[in-house]
Amino acid sequence: MTGRRLVRPVLIAAGLLALWEAAVWLNSIPHYILPPPSLVVLEFIDRGDLLAEHALWTTIEIALGLVAGVSLGSAVALLMARFAALRAWGVPLVVVSQAVPVFAIAPLLVLWLGYGIASKIAMAVLVIFFPVASAFLDGLRRVDPGWLDLARLMGASPAAVLFQIRLPAALPAFASGVRVAAAVAPIGAVIGEWVGASAGLGYLMMQQLARGQTALAFAALVVLAAIGVALYFLVDALLRRAMPWIPQQS
Amino acid sequence: MSSVTAPSEGAALIQTAEPPPGAAPAIALSGAHVDFEDQPLFDGLALDLPAGRTTCLLGPSGVGKTSLLRLIAGLLEPLPGFRLVASDDRPLAGRIAYMAQTDLLLPWLNVLDNATLGARLRGERAALANARRRAVALLSDVGLVDRLAARPDTLSGGMRQRVALVRTLIEERPVVMMDEPFGALDAITRLQLQDLAARLLAGRTVLLVTHDPLEAARLGHRIHVMAGKPATVDAPLEPSGVPPRDATAPGTLATQAELLRRLADAAAVDARS
Ligand SMILES: Nc1ncnc2c1ncn2[C@@H]1O[C@H](COP(=O)(O)OP(=O)(O)OP(=O)(O)O)[C@@H](O)[C@H]1O
Ligand SMILES: [Mg+2]
Repeated sequence: MTGRRLVRPVLIAAGLLALWEAAVWLNSIPHYILPPPSLVVLEFIDRGDLLAEHALWTTIEIALGLVAGVSLGSAVALLMARFAALRAWGVPLVVVSQAVPVFAIAPLLVLWLGYGIASKIAMAVLVIFFPVASAFLDGLRRVDPGWLDLARLMGASPAAVLFQIRLPAALPAFASGVRVAAAVAPIGAVIGEWVGASAGLGYLMMQQLARGQTALAFAALVVLAAIGVALYFLVDALLRRAMPWIPQQS
Repeated sequence: MSSVTAPSEGAALIQTAEPPPGAAPAIALSGAHVDFEDQPLFDGLALDLPAGRTTCLLGPSGVGKTSLLRLIAGLLEPLPGFRLVASDDRPLAGRIAYMAQTDLLLPWLNVLDNATLGARLRGERAALANARRRAVALLSDVGLVDRLAARPDTLSGGMRQRVALVRTLIEERPVVMMDEPFGALDAITRLQLQDLAARLLAGRTVLLVTHDPLEAARLGHRIHVMAGKPATVDAPLEPSGVPPRDATAPGTLATQAELLRRLADAAAVDARS
């Protein structure tokens, strides 16, 4: 069944790659402008260890950024769900903070936090924080009022209502926030690397493009995409396992 | 589970089966006023709930039974003029258990954890252990002992309602509000659970909303029909005999017939207005 469903996308991908390869050779496009797929594959074979080294670095940045961003976003959402005053001040602040383009802050973060991993993690946290905090807070606030009435009549404390009713009820909303976070986390890390870094796939891309080694830059791009997809499916699988009561559509 | 055919002989023995849940007060309510979209649902409605007795409330759909229950439970903001007093002059807050019209089971908790939700939410460790023991016993009484670890989404509507019933009964509150607690059950299970509920509710002040005149005739010390717009409650019917009354006894059937008559009258008045 799974094999059959994969046939079509694989055929489409193969067809597009063949077209690309043919277009490059037929039009004699210079390889530093657009390398043919075959050259990109060769880079994987020749420079595999270099790609792996930088991929590891970027993966670490993304993973740490994801953990930190999701933790921070969840903590803020929980605090705002619990304290109305915090919500009144916090929500406008968070929304305004989103109006500042991440690209514009990236150089500042590098200036403040240096070329190392800290500025990349901060960058990832910046893009992850908002989707997680807003989706989670929404879920925490949108709970069946019948459950809240029941809890109140049972004599539950506000903390018990938050952690035993609102929190589990908000997990599906939290999960969609984390899925978005997993999708945007690589963007944050790579932007950080572009602005200033000494390692990572984003750094490798910039460096090789400057040297006309476009095929290697493409190979880095492919690895980055693969990391993004793998991360998304990993996060998705973990979230599903954590919430067995949510009906799953195939 | 006690048998359906012989509930009346069991009644005396049944009264002592469960520890009394603190002294149950009588409740007097007057001046109840609820508006929805500028239409008064009731306007100056009054109702007395005798101490330690079960009062049943019947009435057409949409007349305001659930709203009245919610008002008493403190879930609807009262308007000025509303008076709700317990005979012991203590506030009712914290003394009411409420079984809503929907089961409100938490989908992430299994049957046993849902049934013991009250103790879990209050974070009482000793009480929780005790509640679990009683919940297991009650869940086996309602035929769910082999589903203790099941998640609610794997249960039928009637099974879910039984879990909600256990969750309500296990809260040892002297005052109990129940909104169509047996609506989703088949006829025989319904009779059996009425017996169980009557046994466990004995001595508590209960207000039970139902659409089933036979249920009211079996369980009610007092039975009111609520009707009209704005709604009022009529003078109560007070059948003799100790609940749960035998479903096939002539007295019970006569009460049922009388209730059907009153409901039909109420419907006729509604249709004319
Ligand atoms: N939150 C609400 N907002 C607006 N109208 C409401 C609300 N709750 C109830 N109503 C209205 O009040 C009326 C009475 O509702 P209620 O649920 O009390 O009826 P009921 O007697 O319990 O009916 P049923 O037997 O169908 O459960 C209905 O017309 C309903 O539309
Ligand atoms: Mg109702």
